[in-house]
Amino acid sequence: MKKVFDLFFKKHKASEVRKSDFAFVFFLRCLAVLVILIFASLIYYLWDGSSAILKHSGWGFFLGREWDPNSDQFGALPFIYGTLLTSVVALVIAAPIAISAAILLTEIAVQKIAKPFGFLIEMLAAIPSVVYGLWGIFVLAPFVRDYIQPFLGKYFSFLPFFKGPPFGIGIFTAGLILAIMILPTITAVCREVFLAIPTSLREGVLALGSTRWEMIKTAVVEAGFSGILAAIALGFGRAMGETMAVTMLIGNRPDISLSLFSPGATMASVIANESPEATSNLHVSSLAAIGFALFLVSLGVSGLARLITKITKRRFAK
Amino acid sequence: MILSTRANFRLLRRRRIKDRIMTGVIMLLSLIAIIPLFMIFYHIVVNGISAINFDFFTQLPVPLGEIGGGMGNCILGSIILISIASLGAVPIGVFGGVYLSEYKHERTASLFRWVVDLMMSMPSIVIGLFVYTSIVVPSKSFSAVAGGIALGLLMLPIVAKTTEEVLKLTPLHVREAGLALGLSRWRVILFIVLRGRKSAVITGIVLALGRIAGETAPLLVTAFGNRNWPTSLMQPTPSLPVQIYNYAISPYENWHKQAWAGALTLVVLIFFINIFTRVVFTRNDLGRNTQ
Repeated sequence: MKKVFDLFFKKHKASEVRKSDFAFVFFLRCLAVLVILIFASLIYYLWDGSSAILKHSGWGFFLGREWDPNSDQFGALPFIYGTLLTSVVALVIAAPIAISAAILLTEIAVQKIAKPFGFLIEMLAAIPSVVYGLWGIFVLAPFVRDYIQPFLGKYFSFLPFFKGPPFGIGIFTAGLILAIMILPTITAVCREVFLAIPTSLREGVLALGSTRWEMIKTAVVEAGFSGILAAIALGFGRAMGETMAVTMLIGNRPDISLSLFSPGATMASVIANESPEATSNLHVSSLAAIGFALFLVSLGVSGLARLITKITKRRFAK
Repeated sequence: MILSTRANFRLLRRRRIKDRIMTGVIMLLSLIAIIPLFMIFYHIVVNGISAINFDFFTQLPVPLGEIGGGMGNCILGSIILISIASLGAVPIGVFGGVYLSEYKHERTASLFRWVVDLMMSMPSIVIGLFVYTSIVVPSKSFSAVAGGIALGLLMLPIVAKTTEEVLKLTPLHVREAGLALGLSRWRVILFIVLRGRKSAVITGIVLALGRIAGETAPLLVTAFGNRNWPTSLMQPTPSLPVQIYNYAISPYENWHKQAWAGALTLVVLIFFINIFTRVVFTRNDLGRNTQ
């Protein structure tokens, strides 16, 4: 209690701080504490909400393969699997493109081109998720069904990932739309990292007689490698939390299938899909548990990413 | 190792060719990055423009089978939801930003900064789920209040963070000058620091509005939707993004058209907000350019 008291009423000399100042700081502290309390209650509500299902089926809930709300069967594994798979597909597609865009922005393009190009990349981040979903349903999914999936099925069918009939809607298309959506995030972080690399390093490499590509390879990509990893981790966190576009394109079937062409479901998509209709206590509780897990994992990933960026930047600042 | 001149020359040429090729690859990949943007714009405009008319902004959705109708109720609903969100998020966010920037060494401030950072990186559906379990389930009803709170929780950290960033740019000597005049600290903060960066702070708020205007997932589980005009704050409330979603996954041609028109409205709005903020953000109220 005394600690809480001290937090608000730290001993000040009356001559140092006027009363009005004191009231102002007190007001600001109250607001900050209010927000902190809201955040704490968020954690509490998610934890409290998920306690019923965890009591019912224990931690095995996250390993259960069956999800059937009608017969009170709740297992979260299909959603965890779907989330991981779509995010990995998105990263595999987005990472090389996003890193190239960041290299173009910082190393190759002149200001006149880099500025509008950077703006366009940022606009990709501003488009709402639901618009991506709409575009995905009517443009991307038919395109994937008619061209990309038959192509992959024809030449790469020896891999288990590209088997099955091309629906258009499914894990692959969801990953593709995610790739477009997380691209600006990865590019922005990479760009920040590349800009933090001192120019002298680049000049040194060039002075040794290297070509520009050799300079980019050694002084930018290799020097900023940990930063690139952080950017990818951040993109991964974004991809896991994305909801609407994925919900509209993944097909929403809680299956575990190795094929990328088959429909699936993610943790975020099942929450968005079933929360409005969930009636039984256990159903609401399992959705809360999935949300809590999503919350913890995405916080962990983005926290890790931020830590890496900080360390990288500090190293270059010296 | 001594290379003959010719071998040396060949190596150099190979390195140059590799340089050219890799530069080309980087340019090509970067080009691929922005192709979706143009395609999305193209399809939204082509498909959406035909359904945009006066009715679209003022009329209710028509029953199945009829042609026409509009999203008037959704637009009104969105305005209501965003207003509720701003009512809470703007004052708390701005003062939170002031606290973060002006009292950054306090222990509460560093905890607060940590919380704001966490809230920023949280998936929006998790915020929706929180409001769903804490407000919607106990009150047994989707409502505008629940939706507004969810949007407000998304908006708050953005406003607080941009306000902090903006106020940090004010040079220390401006504060010192105010204090030297014998003003109390809160007057310096409110009437010199905050007022001096007024337009930048407002820009941050507008940017946050643009960010939440397109949020769908949290609204889907809190405000839900409605095919009539919103009449009460405690009832399910329609909103533009949720209606776009409902129409997009429906099997009806007329509804698809409406969804495209809704998307066009939303994207044009957000595009203008982004350009507007870009123009204003580079201007400094203190008369100096920050960038």
